[in-house]
Amino acid sequence: MLHVLAAQNPGELQAGLKTVGAGIVYGGAAIGPGIGIGLVVGNAITAMARQPEAAGMVRTTMFLGIAFTEALALFGFVLTFLLK
Amino acid sequence: MTLALEFPPLSRLVEWKTLFFSGPLAVNKVVLIMWMAAVGTFVFFWMAGRRGSLVPTGVQNAAESVMDFIHNGVILQTMGTEGLFWAPFLTTVFCFILLGNIFEIVPLVQMPANARMAIPFFLALVVFVSYNTVGIRKHGPWGYLKSIMFPPGVPVAVRPLFALIAFVSDIFVRPFALAVRLFANMLAGHLLLATFAILTGALFRATIVGAAVPGALLVALTGFEVLVSVLQAFIFTMLTAVFIGLAQQTEH
Repeated sequence: MLHVLAAQNPGELQAGLKTVGAGIVYGGAAIGPGIGIGLVVGNAITAMARQPEAAGMVRTTMFLGIAFTEALALFGFVLTFLLK
Repeated sequence: MTLALEFPPLSRLVEWKTLFFSGPLAVNKVVLIMWMAAVGTFVFFWMAGRRGSLVPTGVQNAAESVMDFIHNGVILQTMGTEGLFWAPFLTTVFCFILLGNIFEIVPLVQMPANARMAIPFFLALVVFVSYNTVGIRKHGPWGYLKSIMFPPGVPVAVRPLFALIAFVSDIFVRPFALAVRLFANMLAGHLLLATFAILTGALFRATIVGAAVPGALLVALTGFEVLVSVLQAFIFTMLTAVFIGLAQQTEH
């Protein structure tokens, strides 16, 4: 594979590697927030099911928690475009 | 490209030609959308407040439900009654961001003003100045720093590390994350809609039937983007209220 890569035009190789890097950045950045949002929403649903009268408060806090967790994925998203 | 589908570069989707003026005062489509959002917010509340009738109708009804939402849904839940001073500010911020976002799905405009970093950045700067001013006025400069960096209840061993992290997090990361959250959400939504629109167009030209699924998804995503617009405006307002509330509270 290495000699195939070496035969390429260096500029093309660089652009290709940049694209691959951008993809890896976003993919990596999405793992943690994916798990985190799952935890936040799952626990919020448990809380709402246990105590339906607190649903309004739980929902507001859930959106806040999602916003904080999601920010990390969005940093990765922005970095993807910065790398290009 | 197998489908003869050429996705335009990012710059073609978010950068617009200068329409008039030049240099730092140049006006392009995004600036016009921002003006529309600002004037829209002003006209909305001006029309609502023109005749303060006891039984609200029409525009006044809508404006009062927005005020009520900010009052009960945001301020009382985060700052308590002493945060009511911030109600006009938060309502204006909410309406401005919401109008700037909703232009994402308005036909012929189809560009969220907040998908360019400048507007979220300046909004976050205003929030940053607001909550730090509140904190400094309430506790004094040193008291404010102390309340951020050395809250009671932290074990002595981790205090230096905690102080450093808390300082960087409260002073730098908060406004940055606030701005990037709004910006990246709106940019992502805009790109998503653009991608599906391009895909639908290309498939429609190739096979008319093939465009049905991406077309239906495009309609669904447009509805989803309405939700995202409202949610991001709400989250920005909510976090502003939370930050101001944290800065003015006495004990941690």
